[in-house]
Amino acid sequence: MSERRDFEVIAGLVPAGSRVLDLGCGNGELLAHLQRHKGCSGYGIEIDDAKVQACVQRGVDVIQLNLDEGLALFEDRSFDVVLQLETLQHLRNTEQMLRETARVGRIGIVSFPNFAHWPNRLRVAAGRMPVTKALPYQWYDTPNIRVGTFADFEVLARKNGLAVTDSFGLQQGRVVRRWPNLRASVAVFRFERR
Amino acid sequence: MASIGPVIAQQMHFSAPLSLKCGATLADYTLVYETHGTLNADRSNAVLVCHALNASHHVAGVDAEGATGWWDNLIGPGKPLDTERFFVIGVNNPGSCFGSTGPMHVNPATGRVWGADFPVQTVEDWIDAQWRLVDRLGIGQLAAVVGGSLGGMQALAWTLRHPTRVRHCVAVATAPNLSAQNIAFNEVARRAIVTDPDFHGGHFYEHGVVPKRGLRVARMIGHITYLSDDAMDVKFGRALRNAELAFSTQAIEFQIESYLRYQGDKFSEYFDANTYLLITRALDYFDPAAEHGGNLARAFEPARANRFLLVSFTTDWRFSPARSRELVKALVDNRIAVSYAEIAAPHGHDAFLLDDARYHGVMRAYFERVALEAEAG
Repeated sequence: MSERRDFEVIAGLVPAGSRVLDLGCGNGELLAHLQRHKGCSGYGIEIDDAKVQACVQRGVDVIQLNLDEGLALFEDRSFDVVLQLETLQHLRNTEQMLRETARVGRIGIVSFPNFAHWPNRLRVAAGRMPVTKALPYQWYDTPNIRVGTFADFEVLARKNGLAVTDSFGLQQGRVVRRWPNLRASVAVFRFERR
Repeated sequence: MASIGPVIAQQMHFSAPLSLKCGATLADYTLVYETHGTLNADRSNAVLVCHALNASHHVAGVDAEGATGWWDNLIGPGKPLDTERFFVIGVNNPGSCFGSTGPMHVNPATGRVWGADFPVQTVEDWIDAQWRLVDRLGIGQLAAVVGGSLGGMQALAWTLRHPTRVRHCVAVATAPNLSAQNIAFNEVARRAIVTDPDFHGGHFYEHGVVPKRGLRVARMIGHITYLSDDAMDVKFGRALRNAELAFSTQAIEFQIESYLRYQGDKFSEYFDANTYLLITRALDYFDPAAEHGGNLARAFEPARANRFLLVSFTTDWRFSPARSRELVKALVDNRIAVSYAEIAAPHGHDAFLLDDARYHGVMRAYFERVALEAEAG
């Protein structure tokens, strides 16, 4: 269960007792875990009806919003942690949401599929777009409208004045700190506003 | 799913005076209410249902006249607001025309029917009146208070006025106040009523007439605003009533005209003109932020221990999602627990009375949590 381990690694980045905003919270599993085991509070943001209902079902407070409309509901620095896990690749306004994440939270934590993972590189070198476990879609029907790499995000963070306080890759549930841009299918960044 | 079946309305009289926001006092009053389900041993499973403009205490089941309750699709055994788990109370507000003390009753101070002299009501006055009913039923704290539209405003007001007497607030298709456009629709309706020659300054009862023309027009304009443009188009489009146009300015040409006239006629048969004026005014006046310099977040400070579910519908232009989001923001600013569902339903404001699966799904999920909490004691 590498997904389970990914989940635990991410949960481990959230300080106990934090007030958390989880952008694209899905069925609320992570927030429920953080509430139950780490004394966290906060809200999830989700657009999908069924997932909103799943959150309510498990007692996670969820606000149904389209993230492409921004985070106008939330004041500056009103959360300790803003999570944006496996979400930014679906957003049209990726850069704006990154800035919003840093505005609303003291700490931002982002994860996304790393397009520069070596099997993807091989596939592209062979002239085709990758279809892998982390990126399981054909190029013509992928919900991932933003494809970026671990190294690309470092550049984007710098451009937006974000101080990266931790970053690593995740590969099958393992933390990858050496050459993550090559060796990990998932990129994880923890950052603060400078 | 099973319906509740026959239900008998009950009455409770309150002899202590009720001070109203307008400065007047109701010396005494009677509330009509109905209950469904059973109050549990520790009295922790009571849910109060607040009604909107033209509804009543009759929320579910079938009453003595054979009418089905207005929220029967939501409330009943196995339904989202499950009467096998909750003790559900529907209550008719003072000033209404379904049995609770209202303008068609005799003013004990004068011996004359109240008519237009019935004191102006506010949402907050209704909460105070309802509070006494809840208190008298021996319920220290409601598990939840729920309502849509004007009923949603009451649900919100409970958490501001009596935050310790309620745990959860479920407010559907509502708003923190009415917009100018919204007040404007109410004013058109009121003018239709008061300019009807049969209105007699609100004392039409003693003339043995009813200002039906005014009520009909009021209902017609209201009805237009409860539907979305698309919903009306799907239901009526430009369909004609007869095969050929009559080329008449008076005859009914289009099906939508026929429908609105029918709705107006039906409404004028059972609804009271003074009640319509009073209830639309209560809508206009509701504005909890006003006492806090327009700061809605500050208005919700008393509700910090409450938990909320807000629901809006994307095609509801009378109580739009933007208005519900203002409420969400005020709650979030106070770090209050809130869930918010924005349902892409096509029906406009009326969607809150319909049984859209996504809407009822989220209501069911929320009340499930409320029930588990109530059962845990």
